[in-house]
Amino acid sequence: MRRYVARRVAALAATLLFVSALVFVVVRVLPGDPAAIIMGTEGSPEALARLRESLGLNRPLPVQYAEWVGGALRGDLGRSIQYDVPVGSLIVSRLPVTLPLALLAAVFMAAAALPLGIYAATHHRRAGDYLAMVVSQVGISVPQFWSGLLLILLFSVHLGWVSAGGFEGWASGPGPALRSLLLPAVALGLFQAAVLVRATRSAVLDVLREDYVRTARAKGLSERRVVGVHTVRNALIPVVTVAGLQLGQLMAGAIVLESVFALPGLGRLALGAISARDLPVVQGVTLFVASSIVLINFAVDLLYVVLDPRIRLD
Amino acid sequence: MARQRPLRHVTFTLGLAITAALLVVAALSLVYTPVDPLAMSMTARLEGPTGDHPFGTDQFGRDILSRVMTGAVTSIAVGVIAVSIGAGLGVLLGLSSGYAGGWLDETLMRLVDAVQGFPAILSALLFTAVFSPGMVVSMVAIGLAFVPAFARLARGSVLELREREFVVAARALGGGDGRLLLRHILPNSLPPLIVQATTSFPVAILAEAALAYLGLGTQPPYPSWGLMLKEAQNFLSLNPWFAVFPGGAIALTVLGLNLLGDGLRDLLDPKTA
Repeated sequence: MRRYVARRVAALAATLLFVSALVFVVVRVLPGDPAAIIMGTEGSPEALARLRESLGLNRPLPVQYAEWVGGALRGDLGRSIQYDVPVGSLIVSRLPVTLPLALLAAVFMAAAALPLGIYAATHHRRAGDYLAMVVSQVGISVPQFWSGLLLILLFSVHLGWVSAGGFEGWASGPGPALRSLLLPAVALGLFQAAVLVRATRSAVLDVLREDYVRTARAKGLSERRVVGVHTVRNALIPVVTVAGLQLGQLMAGAIVLESVFALPGLGRLALGAISARDLPVVQGVTLFVASSIVLINFAVDLLYVVLDPRIRLD
Repeated sequence: MARQRPLRHVTFTLGLAITAALLVVAALSLVYTPVDPLAMSMTARLEGPTGDHPFGTDQFGRDILSRVMTGAVTSIAVGVIAVSIGAGLGVLLGLSSGYAGGWLDETLMRLVDAVQGFPAILSALLFTAVFSPGMVVSMVAIGLAFVPAFARLARGSVLELREREFVVAARALGGGDGRLLLRHILPNSLPPLIVQATTSFPVAILAEAALAYLGLGTQPPYPSWGLMLKEAQNFLSLNPWFAVFPGGAIALTVLGLNLLGDGLRDLLDPKTA
């Protein structure tokens, strides 16, 4: 086990190095002169030269890359051009929107998908199963931002129960903040729940066909115990894997939903930085989100081994 | 068990019908739309569905039905090219990785892991920061997001097929690496790759719409369903239908393609049916 973990950690380090290299290549190498992008067409040659100097663009690319990665490891992602504050602190200031949104969506996803998936599997090829499959098929066809718009149309335009967007912050207690995150979280979680329903159903169906489930039934256990104790616990292993991988998707989806509901999170930070040509911020946010997704995938990989002792590690 | 006839398979047939309808609408829009999709009318702005405009009109009085029809072309074009990019790059990476083995395999797979950290939205953010937003950015960003899945599938088939007798025999007969890969290994790994391409297509259409909605993808004046929804959001209380039809078009298209993909998987791989 220890050797396996050590190997996985080495692979993780290599993967993160590639992530940073990809971001660096797109932002610093592909455009030729990043300073010209930041300045636009208005900059004088002298101003351009000064900006190049202050961003360290005059040095060889490998040196620039090494310095940028070294800084990132210490939490220093450079300074925002637009706000003139460290990119790292900008990212941290937006996390209280993006993270709770993704987590709330994950809770909604699990709460909707697991019972429905288990129900569908235990009612295989009956009306309830077909209904659950139709619902999930429709769910994975609806774009998240469109369900967001439809929720606004229903709850804000028609019923007037909530405002159509904006975020009141956590300062006045969790109530108002959660209220502004509720609709976007539902829109975000709905799509992923539809995916998870199908994964849960097929995992439970697989286990229901196992010999030990037949044995459990044969020794006269109630169907409740057969499903609750013998089936669901074993089926959870692949389900947890799928759900874990979906957390990364939720991070990416949060970027879209923040735009629909005008929430000041990481996605809006990056979109604003693009129109302001604030390259260090775009670079920092993409590095942060991509690394988080890779780390989540890594954690899921390890969790899988912990949950399932049957997995041979070599 | 007898092989199921494709048209008896409800999911497959329904998916095929919706997809065929989509293709017909897209093809038709190239030669005919009820109204010119770019023609504005200041007297007929933000109308609900009427006889003249069955889907209503937008903020410039343009006919939403005609615009939804032409939007299908954008979705299909971006989808096809994005999936081709993802499949092309992914299969190339996967084949070389699995065939070479050793440190090259290890390195390429870590690169694939890294690419997995970039969902289409994230790559599009990154590209738009340095290039101007547009359909090309959409296609490349979405295509890159598909690379890991294709690469893993292709690598898996190479590992499985590399030591099979017909491949070993071809090698013993003096077949070079390129010939072994392209003539013997690739054709035998096609069915799962075809299923993957089919299931990626609706994902690409969803991603294109999301990118256009965020302003990172397709730009005006090209009609795109995502772009229409972005515009519709400002007029939700004045004309809710404006947001309903383009979104409905996306959902129906994706539903059709998903059903087609599911059906195809059942038919090509009886084990999972």
